[in-house]
Amino acid sequence: MSAPTGITWATLTKDVQLEWRSKDAINSMLFFALLVVVVFSFSFDPEAEESRQIAGGLVWVAFLFAAVVALNQTWARELRNQVLDAYRVSPAPANSLFVAKALGNFIFVSVLEALMTPLFIVFYKLRVLGPAWQLIPVAILGTWAIVVNGTFFAAMSLRTRSREIMLPLLLFPITIPALLSMVEATTTILVGDPSTSAKFWIVLLATYDVVFTTGCLALFGTVLHAE
Amino acid sequence: MSFLYAAYAATWTIHIVYLITVVRRYSSLKKEVDELNKKI
Amino acid sequence: MKKAFPILGLLTAALLSYALYQALVVAPTEQTMGDVQRIFYYHVPSAWTAFLLFFINFLASIQYLVRRDPKTDMIANWVVIALGVLVCIAPYAFRTLLPAGVYPSSVVTTGIAFVGLYFLIKRLFSEQQTDMLALTTAEVGVVFCTVVLVTGPLWARPVWGIWWTWDVRLTSTLVLWLIYVSYLVLRRFSSSGQTPVLAAALAVFGALDVPLVYFSIWFFRTQHPQPVVGGGGSIDPRMLRVLLINWVAFLCFAFLVCWSRYRLERTKREVEETQALEALLEPRSALR
Repeated sequence: MSAPTGITWATLTKDVQLEWRSKDAINSMLFFALLVVVVFSFSFDPEAEESRQIAGGLVWVAFLFAAVVALNQTWARELRNQVLDAYRVSPAPANSLFVAKALGNFIFVSVLEALMTPLFIVFYKLRVLGPAWQLIPVAILGTWAIVVNGTFFAAMSLRTRSREIMLPLLLFPITIPALLSMVEATTTILVGDPSTSAKFWIVLLATYDVVFTTGCLALFGTVLHAE
Repeated sequence: MSFLYAAYAATWTIHIVYLITVVRRYSSLKKEVDELNKKI
Repeated sequence: MKKAFPILGLLTAALLSYALYQALVVAPTEQTMGDVQRIFYYHVPSAWTAFLLFFINFLASIQYLVRRDPKTDMIANWVVIALGVLVCIAPYAFRTLLPAGVYPSSVVTTGIAFVGLYFLIKRLFSEQQTDMLALTTAEVGVVFCTVVLVTGPLWARPVWGIWWTWDVRLTSTLVLWLIYVSYLVLRRFSSSGQTPVLAAALAVFGALDVPLVYFSIWFFRTQHPQPVVGGGGSIDPRMLRVLLINWVAFLCFAFLVCWSRYRLERTKREVEETQALEALLEPRSALR
């Protein structure tokens, strides 16, 4: 195993293990997402047939907000123990660290989605009328879109004032096309109108992912060493 | 139509407000530079 | 250089007054919308100016990031030249694929203009100055973008009866505004050592995002159609003339505003440097 992938794997397993033991992020994310779902159910009547139209948007907004909770503490551990400084000084490539962090966040948010989806289905009485298998690429590509940019902007916000506010402030505008694609794709699949297809949105999501993953990998080194 | 005048007025209000803030900050900073240069 | 400013200011004021006269009096009244349509002569030039300023911000941010390393700088130069060549060849090679109303010659001129702009910025601005240029154009761009977002609804309301419509252009402009406001917030809130680099990275991300924003909203609108603010289609040549006059006037105005803001930024950095110098020269007074 070459050095960069070795570092990535080591950092990733470390993060997952630490999270598994403390379950900090997962618990706070879960609870937050649950609160969002319940509060939304008071604003929109979940019984009505129209709930299928808005459920896509609600689901992704809930996941987005919960993901921000996880993203905010992505680097906190590293900052606390001066790991980041040690990393800067070491010859290890910055991208390994980034990929590890992004993958870790991806796993956490995916676990959250897996746990929350049954709850959504129950609360909003959802039945998928369109091709349900398409939801899988939407979920994977969409989650990666949020996580890759989120991890990058979390690193950017590290030494700013009001760090917790900075992350969503930077993340949300840039994520708008991805968010739109996720929501529209999910709604199209849920509603199952035969004249529409989620394919365009999935392709757009994939394009977004490629563009921004490349961007993040190209610029993370610069951001990490910026001082 | 009143909307037309409102739009033109709004445009210039925005520009003028911004310019005033720039000019004010500039003159206060200029004063500060002069004072600092005198000290040195 | 400083003496030119008041003269240019007066010239620009004269040009703007002339443009205003053209817009309010000379331009023909639109058939369906009436006089309200004249907002168009302020709305559209502001939008074009904002886009140009944001584009300059993009170029300046890229330059700031690549110039720190001579290798990446050279690569970037070649990429820009290659793109310029591509833009010159492609419209003629793929003539049939061009959308209606877009001529190969205009694509080529735009491409050459942008390549020229890249190298012009490189020649005129040092590394630090590029960062100041990026900040200036972002801020002034946000001001012009605000004008667009305010005049848009003021035009939409009397014509279509609604203040806001989530149509492609207005929504894309709103997202653009949000992205650059977040850029300015990052500038203000991050510690001064690393601000330029982080801001440049964010600007590049924002610029990369723009076509994606436009496409996603465009497709969204084809699925859920709504009235389009500003309308499409061809334009009366007399109106086009007035539009261009107003655009030139606003470009001159934008140039002066940028110059003022740039001067402000330079003075601000001068203050910081002088303060640092003062602290160095008189260590005891700094401790006091």
